[in-house]
Amino acid sequence: MSTPLIMFLIFIAITLVITYWAAKRSSGASAYFAAGRRITGWQNGVAVAGDYMSAASFLGIAGIIAFQGYDGFMYSVGWLVAVLLIVAEPLRNAGKYTMADVLAYRLHPKPVRAMASVSTLTVSTFYMIAQMVGAGTLVALLLKGSGITFNWAVTIVGLLMVAYVVFGGMLATTWVQIIKAILLMGGTVVLSILVMAHFNFSIAAFFDAIAHVKDGTKVVNFLTPGLRYKPPYGALDLISLGLALIFGTAGLPHILVRFYTVPDAKTARVSVVWAMGIIGTFYIMTTFLGFGAATIVGKGFIAKNGGINMSAPLLAQTLAGDIFFAFISAIAFATILAVVAGLTISASTSFAHDLYTNVIKHGQIANPQQEVRVARITAFVVGAVAIGVAILLGPTFNVAFLVGLAFAVAASANLPVIVLSIFWRRFNTAGAVWGLAAGLVSSLVLIIVSPSIMGVDAPTVAAAARHLIQHKPLFPLENPGIISIPVGFLGALLGTLVSTRDAEAEHKFTELEVRANTGLGSEKALAH
Amino acid sequence: MSNAPAPHVGPVSDWDVVAGNPEFKTLMAAKTRFIIPATVCFVVYYFALPVLVGYAPKLMSTPVIGPVNLAYLFALSQFFVAWLIAFLYVRAANRFDEMGHTVLAHLARHKESQNKEER
Repeated sequence: MSTPLIMFLIFIAITLVITYWAAKRSSGASAYFAAGRRITGWQNGVAVAGDYMSAASFLGIAGIIAFQGYDGFMYSVGWLVAVLLIVAEPLRNAGKYTMADVLAYRLHPKPVRAMASVSTLTVSTFYMIAQMVGAGTLVALLLKGSGITFNWAVTIVGLLMVAYVVFGGMLATTWVQIIKAILLMGGTVVLSILVMAHFNFSIAAFFDAIAHVKDGTKVVNFLTPGLRYKPPYGALDLISLGLALIFGTAGLPHILVRFYTVPDAKTARVSVVWAMGIIGTFYIMTTFLGFGAATIVGKGFIAKNGGINMSAPLLAQTLAGDIFFAFISAIAFATILAVVAGLTISASTSFAHDLYTNVIKHGQIANPQQEVRVARITAFVVGAVAIGVAILLGPTFNVAFLVGLAFAVAASANLPVIVLSIFWRRFNTAGAVWGLAAGLVSSLVLIIVSPSIMGVDAPTVAAAARHLIQHKPLFPLENPGIISIPVGFLGALLGTLVSTRDAEAEHKFTELEVRANTGLGSEKALAH
Repeated sequence: MSNAPAPHVGPVSDWDVVAGNPEFKTLMAAKTRFIIPATVCFVVYYFALPVLVGYAPKLMSTPVIGPVNLAYLFALSQFFVAWLIAFLYVRAANRFDEMGHTVLAHLARHKESQNKEER
């Protein structure tokens, strides 16, 4: 058995023990959906950080920096998550299990929940399929020679995530995320130290190497902006990327639900601070991972040995050999598993709590256990769909735009309505529905007509790398945020202003304001 | 906050009592005074980076310390500015918490006096 395979199996064993432990402890709806609201501040902070540090950031950003230098680092800067500071506390005080709880608090619950659930399911599904395809490719590559193919890898990842969610609920999902985040931080710190050791701990020597990276026959300064985002639209694309990241990070449903797992708003705030500390440190260290791979391993070697996403694992192999390569690979695998489990639970919670209980059953269910049962069934369905779609798309499918799409929808559909429902008294049901729909549709349409999907390829381009639609792109930017975020806000604004004022919603704004700012009447933690 | 009384439904609800409390209004004003300028500062500082990198790449490529250029240092500074804002927010929020406790204590006293009147 190969070393990476052994490390993968050790991680799987640990997570299954956690799931068993969580399953024994977890009974009741609040235990299942919100881990009994007994997660502590630092624990939740680490889990939130873990949700952000997905494979896309660990492998993806290290890869973009390794190949395109400084412009890749611009992705790292987007993960400051400071916007969470103003969202986390009101959300914790006003809601119960999902993002839609806050919207439904003072608006007509059915249309708002239905629309918010559609948005949550869209974000989670796209994000999950991107991670699953990535997982399949990565595992097949890392475990080369072990007989595990792409299809098997996708199926195993899918089954494990369903197992965590169905048996262990939010408690297991949170602890799997915490352990992975600690492993990932540990691995990244060690890798960064190894990079510096390679340069005899001389920052000057390291940056000197970055300024003279061999790219083919040329020598390129990788600290110079513009290697990825070029004129005429590069600058706008950078701003658009920044918008999607800074606002999208505060509108991702699988992150927002984490703030329901802590006892009160103050703990939610503490967890944001922990998350900001960890995430910031991690993304600063992408300097070492990305530029380290560019200078020590080299673009040419990475391209020939698995491609851009293998930059970080190959850096580990070059610096410290096969065992460390296996360790970093296992961390990448753990990262994917933990993130897809978080996505699965937020999707199934939204379906069970928003659509089933509050729309289909009109908010009246005989027993909260029924809601848990529906969520468990949904997790199975979500898992089956994700496995099926990932296998259908296959290992060569370009998934990068799916991640971009998830962030665009989170920033354009979710964030505007959350912010407006917390801060704007006049905001009403029509505004929420219009805002969600406008943000969702504009993100989808703009991505479809963007260079990520549309483009004319030369006949020599390999089938896997071809654009899905062979036509000149109708929208010049890769990132739709600069248009779709204002469209989301405008939709919410216009929807509110053209419809009649809702006296009930405005009266309940007082209630929401008091509750959000004092914690009066907020959901309590389960007693010990 | 865990000792907060459960809200009751009535003609004048707990929510209205709190909302009418001058201390609650002071709390809301204090929050607005912090959150709006902090958000504006953060957003302006953050978007200055892609705007400058996108529209003035020559300027941003100026080396500052050895080969390390303005673009990298500015990007790096974003993390420290975000941490600084978080630190300032937490300090302010501890004050908001105290104000919130005062408001809830006021509500508890209000309910107690009402109960006495009813008896």
